[in-house]
Amino acid sequence: MRYLKRTWPFHLMLLPALVFLIVFNYVPMGGIVMAFQDYKPWLHISGSPWIGLDNFRLLFERDDSMQVIWNTFLIAVLKIVFNLVTPFAFAILLNEVRQRFLSRSIQTMVYLPHFLSWVILGGILLEFLSSDGGFVNRMLHGAFGIKPIPFLGDGDWFRFTVIVSEVWKEFGYGTIVFLAALAGINPSLYEAAEMDGASRWKQTLHITIPSLIPIAVVVGTLALGNILNAGFDQIFNLYNALVMDKGDIIDTFVYRTAISDGQFGFATAVGLFKSVISMVLIVISYRLAYKWANYRVF
Amino acid sequence: MYHKTVPYRIFNVFNVIILLLLALACVIPLIHVLAVSFSAKSAADGNLVGLWPVDFTTIAYAKTIDNPVFLSSLWVALKRTVLGTAAILAVACLAAYPLSKENAQFGGRSVYSWLFVFTMIFNGGLVPFYIVIQRLHLMDSFWVLVLPGVVNVWLIILLMNFFRGIPKELEEAALIDGCGHIGILWRIYLPVSLPALATLGLFAMVWHWNSWFDGLLYLSDKHMYPLATYLQTVIVSRDMSSMSFTKQEFDLLSQKTINAAQIFIGALPILIVYPFLQRFFVKGLVMGSVKE
Repeated sequence: MRYLKRTWPFHLMLLPALVFLIVFNYVPMGGIVMAFQDYKPWLHISGSPWIGLDNFRLLFERDDSMQVIWNTFLIAVLKIVFNLVTPFAFAILLNEVRQRFLSRSIQTMVYLPHFLSWVILGGILLEFLSSDGGFVNRMLHGAFGIKPIPFLGDGDWFRFTVIVSEVWKEFGYGTIVFLAALAGINPSLYEAAEMDGASRWKQTLHITIPSLIPIAVVVGTLALGNILNAGFDQIFNLYNALVMDKGDIIDTFVYRTAISDGQFGFATAVGLFKSVISMVLIVISYRLAYKWANYRVF
Repeated sequence: MYHKTVPYRIFNVFNVIILLLLALACVIPLIHVLAVSFSAKSAADGNLVGLWPVDFTTIAYAKTIDNPVFLSSLWVALKRTVLGTAAILAVACLAAYPLSKENAQFGGRSVYSWLFVFTMIFNGGLVPFYIVIQRLHLMDSFWVLVLPGVVNVWLIILLMNFFRGIPKELEEAALIDGCGHIGILWRIYLPVSLPALATLGLFAMVWHWNSWFDGLLYLSDKHMYPLATYLQTVIVSRDMSSMSFTKQEFDLLSQKTINAAQIFIGALPILIVYPFLQRFFVKGLVMGSVKE
């Protein structure tokens, strides 16, 4: 009683958030039982027949779902790698620019795409990368005489386009955290190296890069949880029937099997498969980030 | 001094050129779209437009603004952004305050924390969520765009970390003076957190403005779509049924120029708040990484 008397305002303040959290986050979690059912909308969860692990067996037996898992993994891993390496290198190069105005202008330009949605960027890229006289193909043809490249019309090119455009959108934003780390390096390290006659390249190799490694480890580790996140918004707004075999990912697959085909039980199972693996990876990655770099969110 | 050596100067020149080219690559697609939107049909359809309008005209914008579905989607987008952001901030302030307390002062804190954090690492997935929305009778309702997004755990954590930086003495003094916790939040915490709230508000606004999937999934009437969903159906899925053309317009207007105009209008609010965002978001990132 004394506890409640002292803390009731806290509970009251948490109440609104808690209500929404329960309704929109925890109640849907109960719905994952559908993964073990042959769910029929008119029978609801209570009346639909239970089929055990059949949906999961189907997931591993169907060729299309296995292909989708592989696509997702491949695209996501490449995105993680390039979203780490590109900002890392870009930040080091940008740090060499001494003219403040120039550095600021470059930053302003590279941060911008992060804030635009994939609907806007998708609309832009569909036109910009079109093999039918799109801007990029016109430039390539004009400069090198290259035949039009099907950036969005061929499976392998599509994967390439998805990864490059993702990095294009996010690398600037990813630079921020590295720039902050660079600003935190003790200047006396460079002064000492200068005295010893170390060139700028040597300084970069022995001071700059080692100082960035811890933060890179944290960023990289935390990205582990995204290993099955290939980017629904992006793929959904860029893909088409031509690239379905190599460009379809778990999230788009779940959307289509549920909303277009009405296989709710199967779609739930595929989604659950992804959620569980992601959860395990996120927990592991946060543990590691805490152990290696003392990083914590909460 | 390395700055004065010849190899470093050569490197510096190349470095600046490469960085500038990369930076330009980030904005060129947007400039191209802007150029197409102001170009004439023949130039756009003939793929003649580069980074500058050819045969300047504003007819694509005139036609876009004339479209009732576009206008209604603009209104829905504004409404959801304003209401959604207000709701997110209000709930976040209320939740972040108790969560920012020490365990000694608020014993239930860690239980609540886990309830919040768990939703960041696990979710029921698309289908169960869809069923819940259906059972709540939120399908085809405007509120489906606002209510599910009210609790934003990420923003709550950022705000909680900010609240922790506020000196404890302020709170203790107020408690002695007989001020309750709700009064402390309202009279002390919120006034000193205004810059942080502005940052978080901008993030929430961008998130709401850009959200499109909820509209596509839960709304069936085009007139209820927010702008982002409308743009998705028109530009990406190429559903043109909401637009009608007269013969004369058909000669002047191209699908490309109208799409470009609509894309640019959709991006415009983000471009307008971008200078403010840029000033704040670096701080926002730093704010989130505050450690104990």
